[in-house]
Amino acid sequence: MRVTQGTFSFLPDLTDEQIARQVDYALSQGWAVSIEHTDDAHPRNVYWEMWGMPMFDLKDAAGLMYELAECRKVFGDRYIKVNAFDSTLGFETMRLSFIVNRPAVEPDFRLTRAEGPGRNVQYGLETRRQ
Amino acid sequence: MRKVRAATFNTGSRHGVSDQDPVVSDTVDLKALLEESKVADVLDELDRDLIGLKPVKNRIREIASLLVVEKARAALGVSGAPLSLHMSFTGNPGTGKTTVAMRMAEILHRLGHVRKGHLVAVTRDDLVGQYIGHTAPKTKEVLKKAMGGVLFIDEAYYLYRPENERDYGQEAIEILMQVMENQREDLVVIFAGYKSRIERFFESNPGLASRVAHHIDFPDYSEGELLQIADRMVGGLGLQLSADARQALSEYVERRRRQPNFANARSIRNALDRARLRQARRLIEAGRVDAETLTTIEAADIRASRVFDAVRDDDSTKEAAC
Repeated sequence: MRVTQGTFSFLPDLTDEQIARQVDYALSQGWAVSIEHTDDAHPRNVYWEMWGMPMFDLKDAAGLMYELAECRKVFGDRYIKVNAFDSTLGFETMRLSFIVNRPAVEPDFRLTRAEGPGRNVQYGLETRRQ
Repeated sequence: MRKVRAATFNTGSRHGVSDQDPVVSDTVDLKALLEESKVADVLDELDRDLIGLKPVKNRIREIASLLVVEKARAALGVSGAPLSLHMSFTGNPGTGKTTVAMRMAEILHRLGHVRKGHLVAVTRDDLVGQYIGHTAPKTKEVLKKAMGGVLFIDEAYYLYRPENERDYGQEAIEILMQVMENQREDLVVIFAGYKSRIERFFESNPGLASRVAHHIDFPDYSEGELLQIADRMVGGLGLQLSADARQALSEYVERRRRQPNFANARSIRNALDRARLRQARRLIEAGRVDAETLTTIEAADIRASRVFDAVRDDDSTKEAAC
């Protein structure tokens, strides 16, 4: 199942050039970009693993593209996303976050039901790897 | 036919060819291309702002021309391999290496060779870590910051310490070499330092030397040039030299040059800073002053320097000249 998370997720996958231009935009806004990856894109899995430190003081997207290439070499079969963090007072949060790499076969999600006390049904979502 | 230079990322600021295409069929107007890039302004500015440094300016003009010609070739569809513009700036302290590097970044940016045109100046400390595994991330971080601009490595020879075979400098050099080779269109690296030591550094790192194509040597300034620089600095501070002070300064320059640790323009700047200190003290002692006195450096302010002492005592081996 194609995971749709973050910005641009309903668009076809971005090319490297498009990624670089998005990153350039983020840098022009003064946001710090970073790379994260995971093998489990469960919607409740908010904490992906960091690929190195967030890149502060970057001037050009080439720096991020370099790290992205390195990350793809190691974790080419995982989800990789690019985050752009805005540190200005009042925001102090991610302003842009988009997936830049997907595994060849994306896992499915399965709805599970568990019966609780008083015949209450609790629903859960479970990542189902193929 | 028009073909934009094959670059990995053809991002915003990097327009190979503008709307007013100077390319007509198979002829190229190089003058128009040069004007379009507005690099002539920077070159003229360089001529105006920097005194002396004739060989350096010539070399920069050559590089600028090369880039324009290369751009024209690309416009005609005969683009070759991307240029390697890594450089070494050699020369004594205070000969303007950092200043020229900043201008270089600007020129390369205008000619579209680097995308952002900023200068990141580093030394060994910024590249080399303190323990195993610390160096690579540190070097890479600096390289990433410099991408899209120019990386200026001051006193580059400290990276290589042959006396300690476990020195981490070698690791930094290897990463540097790899990025210099693979990401030529992303950044330009400039190695700077004393001529003899840079040469020895390149001799012991042939891999690095073969990737640095342009060697620019910064000559020492002549006395006349140093005086012009002093005038420029004084003007920049909103001050002026009295006629006597100017004479004193020229004597000062003549003497200071023969002393050890002479750092060209930097020594002049330091001398002027100290003259300002003495002038300030003199003015305070004087009490009431007018605008003219307030902005004039007198001969006494300069002659109080220890450089003149050395001659008075006939002791030319005096070390720190203040």
